[in-house]
Amino acid sequence: MTRGSTARLRRDIKMVVGDPLLLIVILLVLASLVIFIIYPLVSVVLTAFRTGTGYSFSVFRDVLASRYLRQAFWNSVMMGVLTAAAGAVVGFLFAFAIARADIPFKKFFHVIAIIPVVSPPFIGALSIIMLFGNNGLVTYSLLGINNYPIYGFRGLLFAQVVTFFPVAYITLRGVIESISPTLEDAALDLGGSRWKAFLKVTLPLTIPGIAGAMLVLFIETMADFGNPLILAGSQFPILSVQAYLEITGMYDLPKGSALSILLLAPSITAYFLQKYWVSRKQYVTITGKPTTSALKSVSPGAKWLLFALCLVIAALILLIYITILWGAFARVWGYDSTLTLQHFRDVFGVGFQAVKDTLTIAGISTPAAGILGMMIAFLVMRKRFPGRRFMEFTSMLSFAVPGTVIGIGYILAFNRKPLVLTGTLAILLLNFIYRYIPVGIQSGVAILRQVDPSIEEAAVDLGADSKKTFFRITLPLMVPAFFSGLIFSFVRAMTAISAAIFLVSSSWNLMTVQIMSQVESGRLGTAAAFSVILVGLILLAILLIRTILVLRYGRFGGAAVKI
Amino acid sequence: MGVKLVDITKTFPDLSHPHREVTAVRNASLEVRDGEFVTFLGPSGCGKTTTLRIISGFEAPTSGEVWISGQMVNDIPPNKRDTSMVFQSYAIFPHLSVGQNIGFGLELRGRPRREIRTEVEKIMEVMDLKGLGQRRPDQLSGGQQQRVALARAIINRPSVLLFDEPLSNLDAKLREQMRLEIRRIQQTFGITSIYVTHDQAEAMTVSDRIVVMNQGDIVQIGTPFEIYSRPATRFVADFIGRVNFFEGRIGPGREVAFTVGGRKEIQSRSREFAQGDPVVVTVRPESLRISHGEGGFLSGKISKAVYLGQVVEYEIDTGRDKPVLAVTHNPVEEGFFSPGETVGVDFSPVAAHVLPA
Ligand SMILES: Nc1ncnc2c1ncn2[C@@H]1O[C@H](COP(=O)(O)OP(=O)(O)OP(=O)(O)O)[C@@H](O)[C@H]1O
Ligand SMILES: [Mg+2]
Repeated sequence: MTRGSTARLRRDIKMVVGDPLLLIVILLVLASLVIFIIYPLVSVVLTAFRTGTGYSFSVFRDVLASRYLRQAFWNSVMMGVLTAAAGAVVGFLFAFAIARADIPFKKFFHVIAIIPVVSPPFIGALSIIMLFGNNGLVTYSLLGINNYPIYGFRGLLFAQVVTFFPVAYITLRGVIESISPTLEDAALDLGGSRWKAFLKVTLPLTIPGIAGAMLVLFIETMADFGNPLILAGSQFPILSVQAYLEITGMYDLPKGSALSILLLAPSITAYFLQKYWVSRKQYVTITGKPTTSALKSVSPGAKWLLFALCLVIAALILLIYITILWGAFARVWGYDSTLTLQHFRDVFGVGFQAVKDTLTIAGISTPAAGILGMMIAFLVMRKRFPGRRFMEFTSMLSFAVPGTVIGIGYILAFNRKPLVLTGTLAILLLNFIYRYIPVGIQSGVAILRQVDPSIEEAAVDLGADSKKTFFRITLPLMVPAFFSGLIFSFVRAMTAISAAIFLVSSSWNLMTVQIMSQVESGRLGTAAAFSVILVGLILLAILLIRTILVLRYGRFGGAAVKI
Repeated sequence: MGVKLVDITKTFPDLSHPHREVTAVRNASLEVRDGEFVTFLGPSGCGKTTTLRIISGFEAPTSGEVWISGQMVNDIPPNKRDTSMVFQSYAIFPHLSVGQNIGFGLELRGRPRREIRTEVEKIMEVMDLKGLGQRRPDQLSGGQQQRVALARAIINRPSVLLFDEPLSNLDAKLREQMRLEIRRIQQTFGITSIYVTHDQAEAMTVSDRIVVMNQGDIVQIGTPFEIYSRPATRFVADFIGRVNFFEGRIGPGREVAFTVGGRKEIQSRSREFAQGDPVVVTVRPESLRISHGEGGFLSGKISKAVYLGQVVEYEIDTGRDKPVLAVTHNPVEEGFFSPGETVGVDFSPVAAHVLPA
C-alpha cells in the first residue's frame, strides 16, 4: 500500500468513527448485504462442491457427464445470444424509427414497446401456447393441425424476443436521442449520402449502446424462467428450468446448485463485460440535452420501410395481448369461445389469496428496497469509508445473478439455523428487497450526480449533522427518483417468478406462481384471467404513483417518472 | 479574535499519478482580525478555495492549525464551526422556499417558529428581498439568488463569513453592484469575512486587506494600497493591474541606474539594496508622464493609441522587447499623442517601486 492510500484509509476511518450514526448505518447495510446476498450465493457454491466427507468436483463431474444437461447449458447460452442479437435488432429498429425517422403514430409504437415491460415475462409464452399449441387458435382452429411443434427452440426464441426487446428499445432510444442530429447534418453537409451518414456517424456512435443492450438482454434471457418452463418442452432443455426441476422434483440440492453455478457463470461474465468494458466505451453526450428535429435523417423510402416493419412487430405484440384478453373471457379456449366471466370468478374465489399475497409482498418490499437503495446510493456517492466499493459492488450484484440461483441460495441458506425462514413472509420479502435495491441505487445515483455537492455542504455549514442533512436536504431531493425507481421495482416484484417459485409456500403464494400452475394443469383461461388482473393491477399502481407525484410535485415530479 | 492560520499545508493525492501529490497550500500563516474583511486573490488553481475549505472544515489540513475566535478548531467538524459560507453556486436548497432557505440555520438551532419568521423578515428587508419569502428559488433572478445565499449565511450571526467567488455567476454590472452590497452588509453586521476571488478590482473594492497567493504560497499580505503600489514580488506587480518593468542596478548614491540609460533616486526601498545589486523598478502606466518630442529618461514612438473616453491608453515602442504602457487621464489638458509620434517618457520617483531583479 502506498503512503497516500494509507493516509486516505486513516482519514476515511476517522471520518466514519467521528460520526456514530453514520458508522452504525454503514455497518448495518454492509452486514445485511453479506447476509442476504453473499451468504446465499456462498451456500449455493458450497452445496455444489460438498460431498459426504469433504469438498470435491464430483457433482460437477456428474452434471457434465450428462449429455442432457450439457445440452441444457448450450441451449441456454445459445438462446441468450440469439435473443440478445434479435432483440437488439428489433429494439434498434423501433428506437431509430421513433427517434429519427419521423414515422407516423410514434406514441402508439412507444406504448406498444413498453407494454411487455409492465407485464409478466411469461405472457408471450402463454399466448403462443394459446395460438399455436395443441388447442391453438391458429394451428388447430384455423388450420386444423394437431400437435404443431411449437414447443422448443422456435417458440421460445419468439417469446423471448418479444419479452426482452423493449429493454433494448429503451436503452437505444436514449442513446440515439443523445446523438445530436447536427452530427448527421454535418456528415450530409460534407457530401455523404443519408445511408453513408447513418453507417459512418449514427451507427458507430450507437455501437457501445447496442453492445450494452445485448449484454443486458443476454443476462435477462439466461435468467428467464417463466417462458422456458412453459415453452421449452423436454426436447429442448433449458438450464434454469433444469435447476428448478432438480430441486423441486428430485430434491437433489447439490445437483441443482451445480446447475445454477453453470447458469451464473455466463451471466456474471456478461455483467462484468457490460460494467467494466462497454460502459467505459460509451460516448459522452457532448451537447447535453437530447436534441430532436432530425427530419432529414432518412429518405422517404427508408422511412416507410421502417414504418412497415414497426407495424408488423406491433401487430405481433398486439396479437399476443389480444389473445390473452380473449382467452380470459372465452369459456374453453380453442373449443368454445362464448364469452364468460367464469375465469375471473375462479381467480377471485380460489386464487384471491394469491392476489392479496402478491400485493402485500410487492407493496412492502418495493418501498423498502427503494429506501435502502437510496441510502446505499447516498453512502456510495457522498461518503468515503472503508468498504464503500464492496457495498457498491454487492448491492448491484443482483442485476447479474439469475433469480433461479438466488432462489436456490435462499432455500439453502435460510432453511437451517441460525436463520430459519422457509415458508415465511419474511423470506419472500427479504428476497424481493435485496433483489430490487439496484433499481433504487441506479436512480438515486443518477439524481445525486445532478445535485451539486455544495448544496449538502451548505446545510452542514449552517450546522446540520449528517442525519439532518440527509433527511432535510438529500432525501427530499431524491424523492422523484425514489418514485420512478419504485414504479420499476414494483413491476418487477409483481411479475417476479424465477426466485420466488422456490420460496412460496401454502401460506404465502404469488399470482405468477399460480399462473404457472394453471398453465401446467392446462387451465389456460384461468391463467389468462390471472394475467389480465395482474397487468391491470400494475397499471393501476403506476397510475396511482404518478398521480401522487404530479399532485405533490407538479409537472416536475411527474416528468421524473417516465415509463 | 478573528481567524488565525498557523503554518497550514494541504496536499492532495495526484489523481493522474498514483504516487505523486499536489500541494494545494504551502505553509500558509495569516491572522484575520475581528470584523476585518480579507480577500484571497490569485490565479486559478493557486489554492484559494482549498484554504477557504480548510477554514470552514470541509477539508482537513495536512499539517498546521486553524484558530477561530481564539479556539483551535482542527478537530471540530464543519457543522459545529461558527462559520458560514456563501458558495460560488449559491447552493440554495431547490426544494425549499426562499424564506425556508434563509431560516434554515435558525431552524436547525431549534428556534421557535415565530422567532424564525420575524428574523427572516428582518433580514429580507435589509437584503432587499422583501416579499419574496414564498417564492421558489428557481423563480429568482441571479442577483436575488445571490442575496438569498448571503442572507442565509448571515442570519446565524456567524463569527466568520466565507465567500468563494460569490459573484462569478453574475454579469459585469450586477457584479459591481453586489460587491458594494456585500461590503455594506458586512460592515453593518461587523462580521469577520474571508473572501476568495481572482478579480483584482473586486478584491480592491471590498477588502481591508488582500492576501495574494500563487501556486499554493502566500506571496503578499497587505492593504489594497500596499498591494498595488508596493508589490512584494514581480508576480504580484504583474498580477494586480498593469505595470511597466525597468531593469537597472543600484548606484553608489543608492540611486537606480537604468539599463536603458538615466539614473533616478527612488524613495521606496532603494536604500534596502547594496550598491551594484540588480533591481527592477515597477511603474504603473498611469504614473508615467509622456511629453511631445524627446525628453525624460526614455524616449520612443507611439505604436498604439486607444481612446476610451475617460482615459487614453498608449503603447510606446522604445526598442525594448515589450512596449511601454502609459495612460493619460485628461486628454483635453495633457494633449493627444498620435501613433508614430516620438515622445519622451518619465515618472516621478515617488510613483515607482524597486524590487530585486
Ligand atoms: N479534492 C482534490 N483532489 C485533488 N486535487 C485537488 C483537490 N482540490 C483541489 N485540488 C488541487 O489543488 C490545487 C488548488 O486548488 P483550489 O481549488 O484551491 O484552487 P483555486 O485557487 O480555488 O482555483 P480557482 O480560482 O480555479 O477556483 C489545484 O491544483 C487543484 O487541482
Ligand atoms: Mg476556487
